[in-house]
Amino acid sequence: MKAFRGQPSIYKNKEKARRPADIQIKGLSLSFGGVRALTNVDLEVKSGELFSVIGPNGAGKTSLMNCITGFYHPEAGKIIFNGNEIQNLHPHELVKIGIGRTFQNIELFPGMTVISNLFLARHIHYSYGFLPACFFSRSVKEEEIAHRRILEEIIDFLEIQSVRNKPVGSLPYGMMKRIELGRALALEPDLLVLDEPFAGMNLEEKEDMVRFLLELNRAWGQTMILVEHDMAIVMSISRRIAVLNFGEKLTEGAPGEVVKHPEVIKAYLGDDNNL
Amino acid sequence: MDFFMQLLIGGLSVGFVYGLSAMGFVMIFKSSSVLNFAHGELLALGGYFFLIFITIVKLPVILAFIFTLLACFITGILIERVFLRSLIGEKLIFVIMLTVGLAAMFKGLLLLIFGGNLYTYPDFLPAAMGIQLGVVQVPPVYVATFGIGIFFLVLFGLFFKFSSQGIYMRSVADNQRASLSLGVNVRRVFALSWAIAALVAGMSGVVLGIINGVNVHDLSALGLKVFPVIILGGLDSIGGAIVGGLIIGILETFTGGYISPSLRDVIPYIILVFILLVKPYGLFGLKEIERV
Repeated sequence: MKAFRGQPSIYKNKEKARRPADIQIKGLSLSFGGVRALTNVDLEVKSGELFSVIGPNGAGKTSLMNCITGFYHPEAGKIIFNGNEIQNLHPHELVKIGIGRTFQNIELFPGMTVISNLFLARHIHYSYGFLPACFFSRSVKEEEIAHRRILEEIIDFLEIQSVRNKPVGSLPYGMMKRIELGRALALEPDLLVLDEPFAGMNLEEKEDMVRFLLELNRAWGQTMILVEHDMAIVMSISRRIAVLNFGEKLTEGAPGEVVKHPEVIKAYLGDDNNL
Repeated sequence: MDFFMQLLIGGLSVGFVYGLSAMGFVMIFKSSSVLNFAHGELLALGGYFFLIFITIVKLPVILAFIFTLLACFITGILIERVFLRSLIGEKLIFVIMLTVGLAAMFKGLLLLIFGGNLYTYPDFLPAAMGIQLGVVQVPPVYVATFGIGIFFLVLFGLFFKFSSQGIYMRSVADNQRASLSLGVNVRRVFALSWAIAALVAGMSGVVLGIINGVNVHDLSALGLKVFPVIILGGLDSIGGAIVGGLIIGILETFTGGYISPSLRDVIPYIILVFILLVKPYGLFGLKEIERV
């Protein structure tokens, strides 16, 4: 088996500057009935950043991610992606303008093979129509091969060659997480939103995942926002971090600054005045 | 032997119609988990659309058929847009109750406009379409049914396998959230599944109308027959719907021919009960196995 060298062609000729993914969140608020999930949250993520959002359980991290990816629509506030307001767009429209995501609880098609799962993500890039597809014409064949080539590069990069043709449902949890990342990459997103990419993984799987994310970000300039519980990982890989608690942003900054922030210590360790 | 063949051919072609009509039902169930209790009324609507186009507007048969399919397709989209879209995200039981309401509404409307009489289409199928198989005479209606059935079966098979929309429909049926994250317009998929379901139901309505005549009560009761068919085939299997339809169709005609015509309409439901006892997931249904 040929080892993976260099960067996948989907990243070739696409320097950081040519894959802009600036996102600004202004005054975002969201509530479910009486529960305020997000209150007046401001954030800014620049192209090429690896930005993490942390916070205790129920802090609104996933709600924030769901707003960015269009699964929820905020009641107030704006989300601006590369200069366009996107808070009212639907998930399928956001995928087309370059926002890909993974889920906290894996959302794959368990009965299908790994490669079919990945192929499904390529559909937004397909250009051929129904009739040529029925006859499997030459242009269709060529296009399929081009897509397959990109997928094989992603497969090599994520080191999932051995499970390529296995049904996803039969794979271990950590592997499924990796397949889900692969499927999000197959969309060729400019901004990748990862909801707890390390949840439920063992140490070895976490190390692999860290390696993939760092390489994606540092070598190829993939802009990423990730939500995570594992503080050690977040502190070591993120360029900047925002801390949420009860739907409000406590602070934002480099990892070293954030951990020293008194509000953050209070949110995570409790307040000793109440003891 | 002649009698047997006659029954077999009749059973197969009626079964084809049941299968097609059940396919529409399965399509809605697969993509949105909704049990559509208005299926029989969609069938009746198809029958009456054809009646309008052929006897009142007096269109040529082919045109009338195409317009009927078109009208059914649009009806399906309208049902989704007007009644169901606002219920997206609500509990399934509300949506299912809504389809019960739709059934009553459509049935009432048809009764209001056409009354409970039995209408028949003018005899438009050429006698030459009948086929002589040895001593068995296959009537033109059955030949037409086979033709239409196979044509649409192949068409839908190709649609689900090779078109992006078809693949999206299957993906939404499998995992809605994942499909959303891959750029699938789930609302369009819902609308399309209702449109296609109404189309195939309407088509079945036309064919059944040719065989038995058009009557609101009869056609909407025939719609109920999708239940034994899909339970037999497995609720979420399109191929299963066709096979289930064929089996129910054959069972019906054989019971009617060999045992008693009055048992004919009951036998599918007797089968339904037995299948639920023995094989609750149907012949081709997906048995969900979860890794814990």
